[in-house]
Amino acid sequence: MFTANRGRLTLIGAVAVGAVVALAGCASGDPLSEPSSDAADTTLVVGSQAYYSNEIIAEIYSQALEAGGFTVDRQFQIGQREVYLPDIEAGKIDVFPEYSGSLLQALDKTAVGGTADATYAELQAALPDNLRVLDQADASDQNSWTVTQAFASKYNLTDIASLTQATEALTVGGNSELETRPYGPTTLKDKYGIDIAGFVPVEDSGGPLTVKALVDGDIQLANIYTADPNIKTNNLVALSDPDGLFFPDNVVPVVSKKVDSGAADILNKVSAALTAGTLVELNSESVNDQLSAPKIATAWLKSVNLD
Amino acid sequence: MNFLTETVAWLLDPANWAGDGGIPTRLAQHLIFTVVTLLVSFAIAVPAGFAIGHTGRGRSVAVATSGALRAIPTLGLLTLVALWVGIGLNAPFVALTVLAIPPLLAGAYTGFEAIDRKIIDAARAVGMSEAQILIKVELPLGLPLLIGGLRSATLQVVATATLAAYIADFGLGRYLFEGLRTRDYGQMLGGSILVIILAIVLEGVFALAQKLVVPRGVTAGRPTDIRNGSSRSRAVMELSIEEGK
Repeated sequence: MFTANRGRLTLIGAVAVGAVVALAGCASGDPLSEPSSDAADTTLVVGSQAYYSNEIIAEIYSQALEAGGFTVDRQFQIGQREVYLPDIEAGKIDVFPEYSGSLLQALDKTAVGGTADATYAELQAALPDNLRVLDQADASDQNSWTVTQAFASKYNLTDIASLTQATEALTVGGNSELETRPYGPTTLKDKYGIDIAGFVPVEDSGGPLTVKALVDGDIQLANIYTADPNIKTNNLVALSDPDGLFFPDNVVPVVSKKVDSGAADILNKVSAALTAGTLVELNSESVNDQLSAPKIATAWLKSVNLD
Repeated sequence: MNFLTETVAWLLDPANWAGDGGIPTRLAQHLIFTVVTLLVSFAIAVPAGFAIGHTGRGRSVAVATSGALRAIPTLGLLTLVALWVGIGLNAPFVALTVLAIPPLLAGAYTGFEAIDRKIIDAARAVGMSEAQILIKVELPLGLPLLIGGLRSATLQVVATATLAAYIADFGLGRYLFEGLRTRDYGQMLGGSILVIILAIVLEGVFALAQKLVVPRGVTAGRPTDIRNGSSRSRAVMELSIEEGK
């Protein structure tokens, strides 16, 4: 009898403790809330987009910083730019791998773009005072209007403007935000007079479903990032963009005031080593070899002697 | 509070009520897609459930299969099917059919199982054929639980049909995905509210139907009438089907 009661008491106690722990968890549920005060001085929060390639770069930054003696708090896979940008601006994230042109367009709707260096300079001016960008890498992961090789050959397509040579109306596919982006289907129609049949949402950010839809001919035009190894594997053609519809998107770390010169040096060394071909290779290790971001990052940092 | 005012503004904006991407069109698409999916799942699951319930055979197989089907994540299945058949409505249709089958199957066979065996024996004793037993006895007595299964399946499908918008320009899910991607949370919440309203309306219809389909003879034998009270539970039970998910 006594044992049974005690067992019950223990159970009630366990449930109560569990509930308190759970509630305490709720109270500090915001994963981006300020880290506890004593760790705040040495911990750098590294964020990433919900995009595998961006996560690989964020992981590279993290491991390089850790090798340099910094403590890193990883906050990866934080959605698209619309979601995480306010958190960066509020100083809740200290290091974020970004793409120069896309970030510039998000910060300044009237930006003009141009060459990679011009875009970088514009970006430096457009950033709020509490943020800065470190050196940009040669590697870029740019938006592109992509078609299949067969479709390109059929209508003799080379650049975006040549899409008017297609005698069929084009169905555009991609994430839903693409529909309203400044380089989206509306611009293709208004600026170039391209015959757009409609927009089909394929919500995997130019991933396997988008590629499949393109290859199947369900869509004719997709936004696939230029560092995507699928372009090569599936015989796709990223149409050239002489008018600068897409801004150059070089990989560049956006950092907060908490990143000191030591940390900045480390990130600049990483950017210097991140060449144009490298990013496609790293992405290919993820897409084709199914390696995890930390493994890819470790192996690459070792190969360029930054570990 | 800010989200709520944005949501109300979004819901009241006349621009959102017109055209191809307007609320009436998306609502109709969503409803039609839900109904078609349910009809197909019904055609697959219910005859199978009746066969299992009537013969008592294959029950363990049905339990194991529907349990396994319930455990499949719908978005994963949708992506997998889409990689095979391509984008469009086919993949979400298959994924949602798989989602709807377990509750319907369970509703069909538990409806039969919940019937007092004595009633079936009595029906056989008065000379009814197996077909007559099925149609005149088992079907009406098992109907409330079947409707219960249908109710559960409808709720799951109407909510999960938002995933159709993952790979097609279709249904209320478009508002959720677009709102999420562009940080237009008013639109996102507005879309969710429309899905919720649709789910509640369907739920109300089925709750009413479930009440109406209880055979008069069973209603007369409510437990207050002790003399006729069965020792076993009646076929009318509260929704006993565990929600999957």
